[in-house]
Amino acid sequence: MTAVFGVPLPAILGQLMLGLVNGSFYALLSLGLAVIFGLLGVVNFAHGAFYMLGAFAAYVGLQFLGVNYWCALILAPLAVGLLGIVVERLFLRHLYQLDPLYGLLLTFGMALIAEGCMRGLFGVSGKSYPVPELLRGGFNLGFMVLPIYRAWVILASVTVCGTTWFLIERTRLGSRLRAATENARLVQAFGINVPIMVMSTYGAGVALAALAGVLAAPVVQVSPLMGSSLVIVVFAVVVIGGMGSILGAIVSGLVLGLVEGLTKVIYPEASNIVVFVIMAMVLMWRPTGLFGKE
Amino acid sequence: MRARMVYAVLVMLALAAPFLGLYPVFLMKLLCFAMFACAFNLLLGYTKMLSFGHAAYFGSSAYVTGWLVTVHGWGTIAGLLAGVAVAALLGLLIGAIAVRRQGIYFAMITLALSQLVFFICLQADFTGGENGLQGIPRGSLFGLIGLGHDRTMYYFVLAVFVAVYVCIRRIVHSPFGQVLKAIRANEPRAVSLGYKVDRYKLLAFVLSAGISGLAGSLKSLVLGFVTLSDVSQGTSGEVILMTLLGGSGTFLGPVIGANVVVSLQEYLSDLVGSWVSVIIGVIFVVCVMTFRRGFVGEIQRRFAR
Repeated sequence: MTAVFGVPLPAILGQLMLGLVNGSFYALLSLGLAVIFGLLGVVNFAHGAFYMLGAFAAYVGLQFLGVNYWCALILAPLAVGLLGIVVERLFLRHLYQLDPLYGLLLTFGMALIAEGCMRGLFGVSGKSYPVPELLRGGFNLGFMVLPIYRAWVILASVTVCGTTWFLIERTRLGSRLRAATENARLVQAFGINVPIMVMSTYGAGVALAALAGVLAAPVVQVSPLMGSSLVIVVFAVVVIGGMGSILGAIVSGLVLGLVEGLTKVIYPEASNIVVFVIMAMVLMWRPTGLFGKE
Repeated sequence: MRARMVYAVLVMLALAAPFLGLYPVFLMKLLCFAMFACAFNLLLGYTKMLSFGHAAYFGSSAYVTGWLVTVHGWGTIAGLLAGVAVAALLGLLIGAIAVRRQGIYFAMITLALSQLVFFICLQADFTGGENGLQGIPRGSLFGLIGLGHDRTMYYFVLAVFVAVYVCIRRIVHSPFGQVLKAIRANEPRAVSLGYKVDRYKLLAFVLSAGISGLAGSLKSLVLGFVTLSDVSQGTSGEVILMTLLGGSGTFLGPVIGANVVVSLQEYLSDLVGSWVSVIIGVIFVVCVMTFRRGFVGEIQRRFAR
């Protein structure tokens, strides 16, 4: 059996696979964060909370309403996205003229409310969500066993990220979005309804977070606290990638997940902090992030 | 003149408080968090730097003091000073990275790096991991005055608090403080006037981190324990709320904000249990939406008219 750093190869590949799964979540979350930041100029601290709400929507759907995984994959992001739209209409909209720090503080408060409510309703203990029947088991690749669900998460995330990237960078809708990011007033003057666009962008970004939550539900414990530490890692990811860069957010999300997985093999104690250490190093070298421009 | 009267009344109240039936440990907790909020305000209020990770300095200093006093038998003053030194050093390291970016980037970077400190505290041996440190002795002042008695400890904490408060006022009114305010008003202008803005910001950051550390260390001695929540993101959020609610950029605002938030938590946690974080979140939202100047800021605006 081949081994690297004294660790058998299948174990390494398994960890890398797990890292890539985490990276898929990072990519989905940082993508939403970057899209929202690009148009609204708001750092959405509630992103982790929306991710958690997505997972809970799937859990509640399955437990109490009989909504299966595949429906949850569509319905949960829709429901949470709508909630996001309500938040944008009622609260965030009033803060665009102010210092962007207020948007951060508001969404931080929102995250506290969401987490507190879920904790009050469901307690802190994690709930498990079954892997859907179709995706159970694994492929035997000869050198390792590939769990189907993990492969599905990576595939789904890469597809969604790729589609979003295509929508923003290569379609008419996306070009309007990018134009509004550059100069919202001018775009408004051309007769495009910018407030609606801003609203749906926030909703879409939040829906992406909720989708990540549904995808994560079968592989992590569904708990009210699942988003609060994740969102900080995702912040670090977007700082590394450079805020406002769509591709940067996706790529650095996936890569940092892999790096984290690799760290688990080589030096497990550092796996929690490796992303932050990389962030510090990147900032010393390139303060605007790897893909950022200023 | 009016300000002096207010301060005279406040100091008198503070001196008399333990005799008014208020629980000294609770009062000391209030003072520690008030000091923490004042230190935070030095950054947010006077330099407009929103650090989202101030618990890192508060908590790490508390750990260092607690560990040195408990395990190595250091004296109270030496333990406090060592805690402050570590917090200031940490502030120097993190600040040096963070001040290179402004606004929300600064907030995100300080948040991420404070999470790094959190994980180090979680995994390091000397912090006791999930259990934290317990049974931290209060010791005595220079071996003369024992601090074991709550009332004695209270007056010690009060004295430190007043000294720090006066010190912060002095810093803000100093030429250095004026430069900070110039940076707050318009950073590019301050740069073009020839000020080395990053150095000023870094010094403000280190000062703030050091004072936050002092607050954390005092709290560890007062309560006799340090837990992971002292370095956690939640504590970082609370200090922001205290400052914002009381009025950032005012001297008394953070003190009042800290009193309100700590009292609310103390009172509500018995009443509503885990829903307290919902209430804190709601206050956050209300504060950001309608009340951005905070209590003291709003009062000052009324009087200024």
